[in-house]
Amino acid sequence: MGKLTIGCFASLVGSTNLDFAVKLSAAAMEKGHKVDLWVSGNGTMISIKDQRAFKDYSSLEKPLKELMAKGLNVTACEACAESRGYHADHTLEGVKRFSMDWYLGSAFDADRLLHIGGE
Amino acid sequence: MATTKLGFVVQRPGYKSENPKLALTHAIASQSVEIYLKDGDIVTADIAFIGDGVLNCLKDQKAVENYDLNSTESHIKMSLLLDLNVLICREDLDRFGLTESDIVIDAPEFGADMEVKVVPYAEITKMMEDQDHLLFF
Repeated sequence: MGKLTIGCFASLVGSTNLDFAVKLSAAAMEKGHKVDLWVSGNGTMISIKDQRAFKDYSSLEKPLKELMAKGLNVTACEACAESRGYHADHTLEGVKRFSMDWYLGSAFDADRLLHIGGE
Repeated sequence: MATTKLGFVVQRPGYKSENPKLALTHAIASQSVEIYLKDGDIVTADIAFIGDGVLNCLKDQKAVENYDLNSTESHIKMSLLLDLNVLICREDLDRFGLTESDIVIDAPEFGADMEVKVVPYAEITKMMEDQDHLLFF
């Protein structure tokens, strides 16, 4: 089985790119692959806990928690998060926060890298 | 010992979105990635500006004066200081009526030895073919 690294820089609300990234992570894990998900820029919005789910906006806390329990590795860019006021004490349990070199480190031994840029 | 080559391709103009700056800051992060790797393993970063992305390379940007932000120009210069390979598409510069005198070429004030390379798109294609992974911004 392989390793897939996904980098997503798009916002949780305002696009469905993160929805796609999470669904792709689930599909890859279902096939037995290891998945690292890096979120940077506006993508760090996914790392905030206790977001209220409305039917008109993407809400990924529930599937993200389920996937992390199965081994999905989610890391948010710490500087991108802090600059947006997303502090460590309000980060979804299980989501790690590191600097940008973490993404490159994950890419190092990834069999495939899927980079989804921001809006 | 292994090397993974990453190609950062910037195709959007600066300041309209965060993408070009994130491309550069992530590429620069290749200089500190070793903490996540085994001894001797490295990640390299090549950067290419194509399409509207070449506008990021205009010199004398006033980001500090206008936005109190580090300019994309300063990030390009930092990339040169760190000996990253920075390519700019000649055809796209021509499309905007820009010449090498309009863009960042070097960064002697940063102590950089490297210079930006203005090259035909065919050369950027070659660079991309040589990478393990490509990241489009």
